[in-house]
Amino acid sequence: MQILAYAAPQKFYALAGKLEPWFWAAAVALAAIGLYIGFGLAPTDATQGDVYRVIFIHVPAAWMSMWLYVIMAFYAVLLFVFNTRMSGMMIRALAPTGAWMTVIALVTGALWGRPTWGTYWAWDARMTTELILLFLYLGVIALSNAIDDPRRSDRAAAILSLIGVVNVPIIYFSVKWWNTLHQGASVSLMSSPKMARLMLDAMLIMGLAAWMYAIAATLNRARSFILERERDRAWLGQSGKH
Amino acid sequence: MHDYAFYLWGSYAITALIIGIEVISLYLRRRKARADAKIEQ
Repeated sequence: MQILAYAAPQKFYALAGKLEPWFWAAAVALAAIGLYIGFGLAPTDATQGDVYRVIFIHVPAAWMSMWLYVIMAFYAVLLFVFNTRMSGMMIRALAPTGAWMTVIALVTGALWGRPTWGTYWAWDARMTTELILLFLYLGVIALSNAIDDPRRSDRAAAILSLIGVVNVPIIYFSVKWWNTLHQGASVSLMSSPKMARLMLDAMLIMGLAAWMYAIAATLNRARSFILERERDRAWLGQSGKH
Repeated sequence: MHDYAFYLWGSYAITALIIGIEVISLYLRRRKARADAKIEQ
């Protein structure tokens, strides 16, 4: 398979170096557009007032927190099936950004919850499972840093990624399965959105910005891991200058 | 708006702080990795 060629650090390093600036630029541009629509054009909510505008960061961060863990689990499968060196580095590169996204989702959710629900935190299913996701991310980071041998460290992180991914559908469906304080999904492929068009546009564009940011950060971190692990290899002399 | 300003702007301020911390840490890690691998800046 041609695509597996990029599982070699040498090829990945060069490709990621070319792509990374474009993802940073796209993240900044999309965030600027999303914030302009969200604050300049989207109307004030009839019941919540302006505080609803927290969703333009809360929802994208919550989406990314779940997606990044799913992608980590995907790389874990690649690691065990194809034994590719890049897979382990990608898991380790994704985890810190996933953890930060989870923190943003939790903190902004709390700050939105206080004026609208009357409380920063409730031990309901959605919030508790999201908090468990943060612990899983921290577990992957801690476990991979605790083992010196790169191969064993990658495998340990991959196993925890695979075990932990079962939590992601529980987070997503928690608002359906249990009677939670957190409201149900506002956006679904199966039904029409439950919010004004401009609010939805701003939220989706901010979601795209979050994707671009997460990809850029992950590529950047993965390239640093490659430099750290492959510093004695000859190819770095030619390709590592970018 | 005024009543909710603390929560709204607090959310954006904390997000900006977190992204700032991550971007700076990415930059510093990359700079150290390049220096250790003896690649010219």
